[in-house]
Amino acid sequence: MMRFILSRLIGAIPTLILVSLFVFTLQKLLPGDPVLAMAGEERDPAVLEYLRAKYRLDDPLPTQYLNWVGNALTGDLGMSLRTEQPVTELIGSKLPVTFQLSLLAMCIALVMGVPAGIIAAVRKGTAVDYATSVAALSGISIPNFWLGITLILIFSVKLQWLPASGYVSFTDDPWQALRTLLLPAFVLGTALAGTLMRHTRNAMLEVLRSDYVRTAKAKGLYARVVVLKHAFRNALMPIVTLTTLLFGELLGGAVLTEQVFSIPGFGKMIVDSVFNRDYAVVQGVVLCVAIGFILLNLLADVLYRLINPRLRTAT
Amino acid sequence: MNAALQPSVIGVQAPRKYRVLQRFLANKGAVIGAICLLLFVAVAILAPWISPHDPLKANFLSVRKPPSAEFWLGTDELGRDLLSRLIWGTRSSLLAGVVSVSIAMLIGVPLGLLAGYFGGWLDALVSRVTDALLSCPFLVLAIALGAFLGPSLGNAMIAIGLSAMPIFVRLTRGQVLAVRHEDYLEGARAIGLPHRWIILRYVLPNVQSPLVVQATLTIASAILAEASLSFLGLGQQAPQPSWGSMLTTAKNFLEQAPWMSIVPGLAIYITVLSFNLLGDGLRDALDPKS
Repeated sequence: MMRFILSRLIGAIPTLILVSLFVFTLQKLLPGDPVLAMAGEERDPAVLEYLRAKYRLDDPLPTQYLNWVGNALTGDLGMSLRTEQPVTELIGSKLPVTFQLSLLAMCIALVMGVPAGIIAAVRKGTAVDYATSVAALSGISIPNFWLGITLILIFSVKLQWLPASGYVSFTDDPWQALRTLLLPAFVLGTALAGTLMRHTRNAMLEVLRSDYVRTAKAKGLYARVVVLKHAFRNALMPIVTLTTLLFGELLGGAVLTEQVFSIPGFGKMIVDSVFNRDYAVVQGVVLCVAIGFILLNLLADVLYRLINPRLRTAT
Repeated sequence: MNAALQPSVIGVQAPRKYRVLQRFLANKGAVIGAICLLLFVAVAILAPWISPHDPLKANFLSVRKPPSAEFWLGTDELGRDLLSRLIWGTRSSLLAGVVSVSIAMLIGVPLGLLAGYFGGWLDALVSRVTDALLSCPFLVLAIALGAFLGPSLGNAMIAIGLSAMPIFVRLTRGQVLAVRHEDYLEGARAIGLPHRWIILRYVLPNVQSPLVVQATLTIASAILAEASLSFLGLGQQAPQPSWGSMLTTAKNFLEQAPWMSIVPGLAIYITVLSFNLLGDGLRDALDPKS
């Protein structure tokens, strides 16, 4: 297994180099001069020159790239041009916020999507199956920022049950944190629940057609035992892998959800840094996202091998 | 000789098309999706004639009016008719979906064809670049590219198209790899047909079904992405109407004018759902195993 993980990690290096090149080039192509943005009203050439020298923006592009990559390897992603805070520190402070939101969203998605997929597969071709499938497709099709706005309208403005925006950490006040994150997590979890439901249904249908399930039924086992013990355990493999990969998708959704609910997380930081032309933050954030995606892919592969006894033996 | 090599001629093309159509029509969801989309296309085309008011004309005597006989869906913060803006917004949403996917396919499909067909260093290079682009979430990439290109509907379409492009590269490459060693291609190579001819006449027609399905499903994602970019201020610019930007404005008037947020969101939802239903239906109808 270690050899497998190592070979996958080595295989990810060219991708990471390309990502770093892409991120670096993209931010260099962003419109506007970051020094002018930093200087604000100040247009004194001496000040501009000082800022350029301070952030080494006068160096040739290859030198700037190599410096950036070299520093990134030591955990130094530079300083935010706007807040003058280290980018690593900024990411470190925002990531737990999005992580808590994503974790809650994933729990909601699993609770809604997996049982719905099992029921749809067991009752294939019935009204329940159609209704669940339409609900799943709706979850995927609904714009999450609109769902967010609508839920704010109902639960915050009209009923005044839950707060419309803000963030409280689970470590500070768990109850208030749950109240604050419930709406955004539900919004974020809806699309994932739809995807999970569709995949669970397909995986279950595949397994329910297999010989060992037929044998279990023929032995006279209870339908619940056949479905949950024999079928679901084997259908679990693709679901576990998919769940891992969907964690990466959560970040894309978090960009808009955090914007709608004013949550000071990683997603909101991406939008703010792009709009503020905070180059160092954009670079650092996109690089972190790419590394996260690559690691999640690796984790999915490892989990797949761990769960699947045939692959485990082969390793 | 060329015609004899073509699988569509060897097989029974007309009955297959008929079977595909039959399977598609048997899928109620797909048919409903297709009908809804036809209605949306009709609305987009007929916008100048069916729109009851000027979508851009402000009327400060009718600011934030609830739905009434005069304004069926109410008015916005500048007194503009929401129904008229919704009708005109259909154009930008459908256009964004179709144009971005066309951009993605125009770049992605040829790259995937070349990488899959020739293999070697070209395949390795294209695959690594695709992996790198796919390691960034679709929307994050679209936002970054949208910000780089500047806020406008045209630039949003380019940004979404470029972000969706790697999906088509990977899908096309995979499909080409699956057919690369088929007998009819070996035969075409054996008689010395040029690569360009083989790719266009024999490879492309045999990998197009999954591409059509993917294109339909990606249009749904592209419409959502355009609405998202417009919501963030990177898509269609004021005063031109778009469903996403209508929602951005509506968010500021949730208490005073809740109707402003309901209809644009529903329009996005129904359009995206219709494309997803159509895509699912096409996939089931074109799947030889079904």
